[in-house]
Amino acid sequence: MITQFLLKGADRRITIMLAVLLALAVLVPASNLLLSPENPLHVPTYAMSLFGKYLCYALLALALDLVWGYCGILSLGHGAFFALGGYAMGMYLMRQIGPRGVYGDPILPDFMVFLNWKELPWFWHGFDMFWFAMLMVLLVPGLLAFVFGWFAFRSRVNGVYLSIITQAMTYALLLAFFRNDMGFGGNNGLTDFKDILGFSVQADGTRAALFAATAFFLALCLLIASAIVSSKFGKVLVGVRDAESRVRFLGYRVEHVKLFTFVVSAMMAGIAGALFVPQVGIINPGEFAPGNSIEVVIWTAVGGRGTLIGPIIGAVAVAFGKSMFTSAFPEVWLFALGGLFVAVTLFLPKGIVGTISGYVSARKAIKASKDAEAGVDVDKPIQPAE
Amino acid sequence: MSLKIKLSGALLAAAMSATALSGAFAAEDTIKIGVLHSLSGTMAISETTLKDAVLMLVEEQNKKGGVLGKKLEAVVVDPASDWPLFAEKARDLIAKDKVSAVFGCWTSSSRKSVLPVFEELNSILFYPVQYEGEESSRNIFYTGAAPNQQAIPAVDYLLEEEGVKRFVLEGTDYVYPRTTNKILEAYLISKGIPKEDILINYTPFGFSDWQTEVAKIKEFGSAGKKAAVVSTVNGDANVPFYKELGNQGIKATDIPVVAFSVGEEELAGLDTKPLVGHLAAWNYFQSVEADANAEFIKTWHAYTKNDKRVTNDPMEATFIGFNAWVKAVEAAGTTETDKVLDSLIGVSVPNLSGGYSTVMPNHHITKPVLIGEIQEDGQFSIVKQTAQVVGDEWSDFLPDSKDLISDWRAPMSCGNFNVAAGKCGGKGK
Amino acid sequence: MLKLLFKTWFLCLALAFGGQAFAQTASSDLFNQLGKANFADAEKIVVELAKSGDTKIVPALEALGAGDLYLRKEDGKVFVAKGSGATLTLTDPASGEAAGEAPKGALTKIKVNNTLRRAINSALGGLTLMSPDKATRLSAAQAVIKSPSGEMLALLETALAAESDAGVRKVMEEARAVSLMSSDRPLEDKKTAIQTIREIGGRDAIGILRAALPAADASLKPDIEKAITGIEDSLKLWDMGQNVVYGLSLGSVLLLAAIGLAITFGVMGVINMAHGEMVMIGAYSTFIVQDVIRTHAPGLFDWSLAIALPVAFVITGAVGFAIERGVIRFLYGRPLETLLATWGISLILQQTVRSIFGPTNREVGNPSWMSGSFQLGGLAITSNRLWIIAFSMAVFLALLVLLKRSSFGLMMRAVTQNRRMASSMGIRTPWVDAFTFALGSGIAGLAGVALSQIDNVSPNLGQSYIIDSFMVVVFGGVGNLWGTLVGALSLGILNKFLEPYVGAVLGKILVLVLIILFIQKRPRGLFALKGRAVES
Repeated sequence: MITQFLLKGADRRITIMLAVLLALAVLVPASNLLLSPENPLHVPTYAMSLFGKYLCYALLALALDLVWGYCGILSLGHGAFFALGGYAMGMYLMRQIGPRGVYGDPILPDFMVFLNWKELPWFWHGFDMFWFAMLMVLLVPGLLAFVFGWFAFRSRVNGVYLSIITQAMTYALLLAFFRNDMGFGGNNGLTDFKDILGFSVQADGTRAALFAATAFFLALCLLIASAIVSSKFGKVLVGVRDAESRVRFLGYRVEHVKLFTFVVSAMMAGIAGALFVPQVGIINPGEFAPGNSIEVVIWTAVGGRGTLIGPIIGAVAVAFGKSMFTSAFPEVWLFALGGLFVAVTLFLPKGIVGTISGYVSARKAIKASKDAEAGVDVDKPIQPAE
Repeated sequence: MSLKIKLSGALLAAAMSATALSGAFAAEDTIKIGVLHSLSGTMAISETTLKDAVLMLVEEQNKKGGVLGKKLEAVVVDPASDWPLFAEKARDLIAKDKVSAVFGCWTSSSRKSVLPVFEELNSILFYPVQYEGEESSRNIFYTGAAPNQQAIPAVDYLLEEEGVKRFVLEGTDYVYPRTTNKILEAYLISKGIPKEDILINYTPFGFSDWQTEVAKIKEFGSAGKKAAVVSTVNGDANVPFYKELGNQGIKATDIPVVAFSVGEEELAGLDTKPLVGHLAAWNYFQSVEADANAEFIKTWHAYTKNDKRVTNDPMEATFIGFNAWVKAVEAAGTTETDKVLDSLIGVSVPNLSGGYSTVMPNHHITKPVLIGEIQEDGQFSIVKQTAQVVGDEWSDFLPDSKDLISDWRAPMSCGNFNVAAGKCGGKGK
Repeated sequence: MLKLLFKTWFLCLALAFGGQAFAQTASSDLFNQLGKANFADAEKIVVELAKSGDTKIVPALEALGAGDLYLRKEDGKVFVAKGSGATLTLTDPASGEAAGEAPKGALTKIKVNNTLRRAINSALGGLTLMSPDKATRLSAAQAVIKSPSGEMLALLETALAAESDAGVRKVMEEARAVSLMSSDRPLEDKKTAIQTIREIGGRDAIGILRAALPAADASLKPDIEKAITGIEDSLKLWDMGQNVVYGLSLGSVLLLAAIGLAITFGVMGVINMAHGEMVMIGAYSTFIVQDVIRTHAPGLFDWSLAIALPVAFVITGAVGFAIERGVIRFLYGRPLETLLATWGISLILQQTVRSIFGPTNREVGNPSWMSGSFQLGGLAITSNRLWIIAFSMAVFLALLVLLKRSSFGLMMRAVTQNRRMASSMGIRTPWVDAFTFALGSGIAGLAGVALSQIDNVSPNLGQSYIIDSFMVVVFGGVGNLWGTLVGALSLGILNKFLEPYVGAVLGKILVLVLIILFIQKRPRGLFALKGRAVES
């Protein structure tokens, strides 16, 4: 029944994206492990890790699209959920180091030893067990989203106000995690991981498995998201986005709808963070920086808001562009990146996917935007991309 | 419909092959070295200069005929003050660009982020900034100061020359100040300073409203004993800190501030008149009177085409690291990592304060410690210079690391050898 | 004892050989010894020089403190050397007579450190107590307070007897009291001295009393302790006031940073992420103005900020105008997308500034009227903060008047309230938009001029204010200038009251959490715009 529910939502676009992702999950690791480095089809390990990272970003962008593109909640703090998932995974990986740290303390991570901590803080207990850590990857971001959303949606905080307080949330967490007294390694964060589930994180096989897992989870979340948005609940969701009051007057509990979506989205972001950490090898408070969360919004916008596959393409494309530019034009890449954002908002207002799929109705869109220009309304609800 | 799928597929494929292939065309007749310094973001303010310094050193070396008869080629990337991006770029440089060594990083976080990458892919990193110690990697050479090459001599100066009896340890809340202050606290207590005469305080990164903190320092300084501030405040927050000190009328003759992160470059953005007499401890100042230094400054001004550009301590550390690498590669006759790692230990190259710096088996170097007072022109007047000090990676003043040593020569080849237990692998239990 | 003997001997000699001539050779010798002395010896020499009481050596001592005293390498003689360029003009330190010229290379600078500088200051204090210039006498007395010694007492008393100016007299009395504590005067005198010190008040007085405490006679100790607690009690009260002052000053910085945003974001609805960069460009404009003044008209330096204000306003206003015409006007009706575009613009602006001015901090000096601090009762107020408070209020009021009393303000309000209606009334709405955005940006530029006085002038300057600015505008209520004012000041004061108790980091986190909670209570901020719309 669940399978049926999940598959019902997958239209043709989504199906093809799912196929691409699953193919990547199999082919890329296979090419890395089985083909010799001379083979032109061989994917080197660093490229695989890099793409694994992009796919994590894609998952994060997908999570944001669910709340922004379909529910009209522009979260400027999604990086916080991503980072919390990452920290949960990082804590597990730290505990796995065991006595192999530089001080050789069997329990305490190195940063606690040189800050003279004598015993493990309470919130570090349990993270030596994989299942517990994975549970926390879902629970911690989910719980934060639940508490935050419960308050905010009940008080009907919306629009720009909501965006700014999500930013305040991630900023407060940034400052908190920077504090060494918090017990999360301060500015350095958690790093120098050794192994995951007994496999060395540096081995090609582990990296291949992590890549495959990332692609798989991205596919799974895409499936879940598409199931949600195409279900009856999804229609309510879009209704909330487009005309919140009307939906409320129809008798729906808008805050519950929003809260559910927000929590699901936060958990997806948490998974993305957890997959990100072992592939990148570090998690630190920088991930909470408000700028990072804004970047997620940009990926989603570039790819196309409210399309589910758009954000995936947008995240991969922008992150890839950033990697390229920072190596190819280290001195001027910010011009290119900044210019890209301006150009996309001006010329591709619906993002890559939105523009392509809306190609036929392009004229209509131009007319609509002209109308909009004629009647600027600051606090108008967010218009959908399609 | 099908158009966009093709497009998205093509995009992914193109992206993947572009990353995979671009490394394949590396020219064979040059030796590549990587430059991993942030050129944008919050750390660009400090790190950009070091990128220029490496490029200058490469150019100078190429004028002398390069290394092993090949020209050097610097590969510059921008990790954008983003720590995960540091790891990614390090991996790129080593695996894709096949560089022989990397010069880079500024913050401890960036170093911690790339350390596993360098160990995994077995390459060499020269790290040119003063840091908290408590680390020793087979693949990293620490040419900046360890705490005993900067913090402890500075405190000695305060105790002996300034007669200071009360200490404010003011720092930005991250690992370097935390560790340094821990070491200093232990050291001061061992020197007979009672605990109530030491005040430790932390502020966040980029802190700009220092009114309350400076007032607190003023209050702490009014206990009838000579007080001083030992500042590990990080780059960005220093300008507002010093401006507030100046405005609240705290002169160096009342409460001197000795800083470990303030050099010529940071002072260039400040009106230094109210700051005359405040101190800094480094291993190099631009005002050092030595022929090597005069030569270096001349080359730097010529390279940057700006005779107002200042030089600073991390530049000297880069200079020493670069020359040590060149000498080691020439001695080894190859750029193969393992051979260069072996021949680097024991290499001795001139530093800019008129002596020689030697790479020690613990991958730290020897250098003198200089204490300087800020002058009106933004330079430092050197008021004390010690003999050569060997960088001590595991502090003697921290209970968990006092038994540890590091020696990367065979047969020991260990970064955390426990002298008490007689085995490699930390303090154990 | 030995000291006393030496002193008597010195005095006898001086008298016997007819004073002046001998003193001059003696001090000349002493100066020459400075050339080779280490810091400890140099300190002793300065103390010796001070004892000569010869006011002719004052310029030489000042030169030593300023680093203008040099050793001539060829003959080991010491001179005061001044001038710019390769050749310096020499003066004999002991006699003050001209002594020719010498190339820079032939001289070595005599270094000073803080200990030596303190000795010089106290020597100068002693020597200039009788100076004919009032200001010099005043600073001399203050120097004595900083480095009191019992030996100064006689000198101080002579100076006091001759002093006619009441203000200087008061400081000299204080200096006498302070010096008395470390002398061998009778206990009764010391008791009065303690009272005088107590009346000085402030942290410095506590410092002096605490320093005197360990060595004091047992019968004096209760008096001193009482005086200390007395000062501390009064300080506690003032501390509250001090926190308010700090909070106001932080609040006014926040207000300055946020008020431009209150226009572009609050009134126009553009989520202007490039706002911080406008502040940064304003700060760089100040740098350019000061740079031009330094090279072309150094005399105008004190006016540099006044000149920089219109320059910064015009530059940032023009940039804002260009951004509105070039990008933002295409995005009206899609407010959230302005976030993306302006974020891109902010990256471009940052990199542009980095390419032109380099990534490092640029020096922006404080004009003399913005340096230093003064006491107001028990409050220490720094001049630059006071000016910034005044400036932010002035900007706020000017903006308020512009919006409420000018025809442009009327048009602006009309356009933001009902665009179509305004348009049909003949208002050229696109131009009003452009000028409104330019106005918001220009005000951010003005903020940049002020912030250049207290913060880094670097490409990252804007980034550090952007989040705080958004918090202030949202907390105060979007679209309401008064809300921005109240929001900024209350956040500033709240922050400064929290800081002493929980530290700077936790204080800031708490403020953010409080903002989040507050928005739950009032989802439209402190001063919500009233309207009938169910869905805004």
